[in-house]
Amino acid sequence: MIRFENVTLAYQGRTILRDVTMHVPPGGRVALMGPSGCGKTSLLQLAAGLRKPTSGTVTSGARRLAYAFQEPRLLPRLTVAQNVNAVLSDAPGTMPRAMEVLAAVGLAEAADKLPYQLSGGMAQRVNLARALACDGDLLLLDEPLKELDEARRDDILSLLKEHTKDRTLLVTTHDPHAARVLAERVYVWRDGTFTQQQ
Amino acid sequence: MDRWKTAWKGMLILAFWLGVWALLARLVGRELLLPGPWQVLKRLLLLMGTGDFWRITAVSLARIVCGTLAAVAAGVVLAAATCRSRFLRAVLSPLLTAVKSVPVASFILLTLIWVGRDILPGVIVFLMVLPIVWQNVAAGIEQTDRSLLELARVYRFSRWRTLRRVFVPEVAPYFLAACRTSFGVAWKSGVAAEVLTVPQRSIGRQLFESKLYLETVDLFAWTVVVVLCSLAIDKLLTAAIMIIARRKRMFSPPNDTFGGK
Repeated sequence: MIRFENVTLAYQGRTILRDVTMHVPPGGRVALMGPSGCGKTSLLQLAAGLRKPTSGTVTSGARRLAYAFQEPRLLPRLTVAQNVNAVLSDAPGTMPRAMEVLAAVGLAEAADKLPYQLSGGMAQRVNLARALACDGDLLLLDEPLKELDEARRDDILSLLKEHTKDRTLLVTTHDPHAARVLAERVYVWRDGTFTQQQ
Repeated sequence: MDRWKTAWKGMLILAFWLGVWALLARLVGRELLLPGPWQVLKRLLLLMGTGDFWRITAVSLARIVCGTLAAVAAGVVLAAATCRSRFLRAVLSPLLTAVKSVPVASFILLTLIWVGRDILPGVIVFLMVLPIVWQNVAAGIEQTDRSLLELARVYRFSRWRTLRRVFVPEVAPYFLAACRTSFGVAWKSGVAAEVLTVPQRSIGRQLFESKLYLETVDLFAWTVVVVLCSLAIDKLLTAAIMIIARRKRMFSPPNDTFGGK
């Protein structure tokens, strides 16, 4: 599904990723762990085609992507429901699907709110709902539990596990428990690159 | 309650300045040099009773509105084109600088050689408004949140959806601000062009002839007409903008936290 071959990424004179080789097969679930600034998000951006590697190759066989960014990136003048529906078809016909996913993340009652009316945790749940609503065969989750309170983390983790079991997943996290629950393989940043944890 | 307070305050300020005007007119004591507000009002009411007054005002208004609308449309297209293509930006930027820096009087006299005097004020309005809209809309496009454009790219928004959901809300405040500034500039430059070229039916011609025949009261009355038309259009435009903005939630509180960078 997605293959990184000797990928190096440099930005403004700083090497962010060095010689990363990784393969996520179709249906495979991989978690990336490491300290902040080690290049986890950059690897997801490479997978999404938002960045080009300085050297090496990134090959993706994904037909459609779903990406929950680290920051929610909600369209500020659309309601919560419209934000989710915007990634489906933007037409009223897909609104029931958007509402269904919003209910799953516990935001059915906030459907008519605007992004500025949401707390950080609520905005993050909309971000996740948007990615889950989209039937992308490659799912990229960048720190999906960020901003969520303790009470919600387990619910959302179960929901993510359920929704990602038939999809190819690349997830970044600081939480070893979340990595174990969501992924079958965990890559850890060590000595400037990502290596598979035994 | 606050609205009444503001209205009263506005009326008091207006009354104060009308009083200053009346006092100055009394001190000068000659209608030819400075007519008082009462004389100007009387003349204005007299003019308003004639069919010619409405025809002249309508024709001037049409010229200015047409020039402005054409410039707004062209400004949006040029802003989009120059933001999309570096080549077009490099080629068209000198044109923008030239239009901005050449004095309006030079444009009027130059354009008089090329087009008829009836069309000229509209052309001048177009030239004066074009850079305002062009620059503002281009600034709006350039300020568009890149992270939202990335979102649109990842989720494969069509061009239309990207335009509607990302660009339009981001650029709208810049566009609307440009529109408001444009109408003020349009009236000033349009009437100035009419004064210099004196087309048949125009407020500018009335101003020119009033000055020529030393009819100072008429000069003041027609100036009041220009000010009232400009104010009326500004108020109408502001009301329309506020209705659209409320319906489309264009001015909802800023969303720095959730916009992402």
